[in-house]
Amino acid sequence: MKRSTTVYYFDHSATTKPNKEVLDTFVKVNETFYANPASLHEMGVDSNSLLSRARKQVADMLKTEESKVIFTSGGTESNHFAINGLARTLQGRGRHIITSSIEHPSVLESMKQLANKGFEIDILPVNEKGVISIDDVKERLRKDTILVSVMHINNELGSIQPIKQLAEVIHQHSRAIFHVDAVQSFGKYPITFPLIGADVLTLSGHKFNGLKGTGIVAWTGHVSFEPIIVGGGQEFGLRSGTVPVPQAVAFAKAMRIAFENQEAMQTKYIQWNEKLRNFIRNFKDIRILSPEDGAAHILTVSVRNIKGEVLVNALQARGIIVSTSSACSSKQTKISHVIKAIGLPDGYTKGVIRISLGTSNSDEQIDYFIENFTAIIKQVKGD
Amino acid sequence: MNRIYLDHAATSPVHPQVINKLVETMEKAYGNPSSIHATGREARKELDNARLILAKSIGAKDQDIILTSGGTEADNLAIFGTAYARKNLGSHIITSQIEHHAVLHACEKLEKEGFDVTYLPVNEQGQVSIEDFKQALRDDTILVTIMLGNNEVGAIQPIQEIGLFLKDHQATFHTDAVQAYGLMPISVEDLHVDLLSVSSHKINGPKGIGFLYQRKATKLSPQLFGGQQERKRRAGTENVPSVLAFAEAVSIAQETMDEKQKLYQNFKEIMISTWKDKGIAFQVNGNVQSTLPHILNVSFKGTDVEALLVNLDMAGLSVSSGSACTAGSIDPSHVLVAMFGENADELRNSIRFSFGYGVTEDDIMEAATKTATVLNRLVK
Repeated sequence: MKRSTTVYYFDHSATTKPNKEVLDTFVKVNETFYANPASLHEMGVDSNSLLSRARKQVADMLKTEESKVIFTSGGTESNHFAINGLARTLQGRGRHIITSSIEHPSVLESMKQLANKGFEIDILPVNEKGVISIDDVKERLRKDTILVSVMHINNELGSIQPIKQLAEVIHQHSRAIFHVDAVQSFGKYPITFPLIGADVLTLSGHKFNGLKGTGIVAWTGHVSFEPIIVGGGQEFGLRSGTVPVPQAVAFAKAMRIAFENQEAMQTKYIQWNEKLRNFIRNFKDIRILSPEDGAAHILTVSVRNIKGEVLVNALQARGIIVSTSSACSSKQTKISHVIKAIGLPDGYTKGVIRISLGTSNSDEQIDYFIENFTAIIKQVKGD
Repeated sequence: MNRIYLDHAATSPVHPQVINKLVETMEKAYGNPSSIHATGREARKELDNARLILAKSIGAKDQDIILTSGGTEADNLAIFGTAYARKNLGSHIITSQIEHHAVLHACEKLEKEGFDVTYLPVNEQGQVSIEDFKQALRDDTILVTIMLGNNEVGAIQPIQEIGLFLKDHQATFHTDAVQAYGLMPISVEDLHVDLLSVSSHKINGPKGIGFLYQRKATKLSPQLFGGQQERKRRAGTENVPSVLAFAEAVSIAQETMDEKQKLYQNFKEIMISTWKDKGIAFQVNGNVQSTLPHILNVSFKGTDVEALLVNLDMAGLSVSSGSACTAGSIDPSHVLVAMFGENADELRNSIRFSFGYGVTEDDIMEAATKTATVLNRLVK
């Protein structure tokens, strides 16, 4: 079949294309404010004030203080820093940590490392919707629980965790710090500290039309971290390495654009999700895995007795880009830990595809998907 | 006022061709290279090509390159990664007193965890002695980490000699080549190093990207966990646009290396002769013959570094007192302390001039003259 030249990109949860304005800002800062923000000369001072401004914008949007935001190289480093940095600081108080079975690999792998170092990692199961139970958390909280790390929106299913209620329970019944991986939710849901109740948050720029290699950790209240990357003592001594000012400014810009467009985009995602759902429901042997009350921008489905890779390729031949589950695990042939966690009937575990919506989509693109999907399914099933 | 930026060792402007590459990639190859669809595969292909350019620049193979978020992360990965992977073989580490803080602070952290660290001294030229090194080496040494060229005074270290000596020793040999890379030819085979760190923003590439070279079969425990990227050695979605732009900067740096060496040598001579002509009392810190081409660290007799920096800055010269990385402070440089001792005048009167892309001979003449004027005003 002839390969389609137009790209219908439905893999925004893997990564997004940078916004034009973000890109322009990035180029401009690189050209003008290239000095090292730690340098004492005027050019360095100028870079540094630009960096502070970016930091303040980020802090303001999240409703925290400027001194409680650090820039990192992305979501993975942010999660790693938050979890290890907290665990190392708090280990004197206890070594019990709670997380869920459907976290991003950057969280789960960090937990595995901590388990090797003698921390006790308590992993919460999820129901068929991919949601943890608050009572379950309540029961597991102990005197020596130092950290609870639960993601807001799951990257493979779009399940939304009851973060706010969770925060209340955690804070009421323990002294544990509550870390939330909000990488998939920023720009799709209103995210501020008062709204979600977390103590520590991680965000990644390239998931909301920012640049790759950019992320932050932000926190509120009295939280202290032991640094992971050491050296020149940048970022309040918490994260060493010359701070890439152009990236920091671009991050703040991408955040602001996503923040301002969030409501309008959310309305779109809800419409598109409904349309796609209603359409896919007609297929007897396709199971919709994303819960109805989940995030609208992620719609994960499974086709019975078909391999996800086959579907991805067939859709791609018509210019439709989707992924199997998450990009981070798509090279592995084994079934994703998230898919395992929700428990699927036989025949449905291998045919998973994720349709993830974003700012590059339009009504026409959704229509195109719908127009072509039936034929593609017929083709792969050899009907 | 024409501002002259002579702080290229702190960071450097991004080359226009590099910016173009960056923008082009962000618009075209924005996919996640771990995705199996076409957008992802295209990004993967571009990433592989770029990795090959990085590898070739130091005579390595593409699979030996671990992409990181910069020089600091590369140094940390080399040091923590080696120490934790090889602690069953011993707990002794050798480094020098003049390393970058990304190395020193990592070693200090390991010391607190029970590792035994030897900090080799340097002579007045800022060089480690091979004899001192041989004496410090023990059977239980698991890591030797010595920089290739120092970032404050530019002193080039006897890496090849150390590498040769370590050929039949168990120790992993790491060199921080962040300042030397792009300004002198580097071959990991000739140097006999196992690990080597490089940073992009020192050679007109984007900030926030770098790499660690890892010789095949050199044990290293990963420090950042998550996805399976970088052959499980460094998790996180690959920063494809930055890597491609970095590779572009590397290509330019390799092509212009000879030219730069000559040009910067000339810059040094212009500054030195200008100050001699104007009767300035100064001394170059380090041995000009064995110093990185782009760094000129000078001690000006009878001055104070803080007043000097402020006045040079007002005169339009962006220079520094040492490394930019000791964020915002003018603490006495640990490098100068190692070279001259704790009470030496050089600690309080030294300035680093560092050259790079865009600096012209005219800029250098103007900078030398302005410096002389400021000095004449300050030293009465």
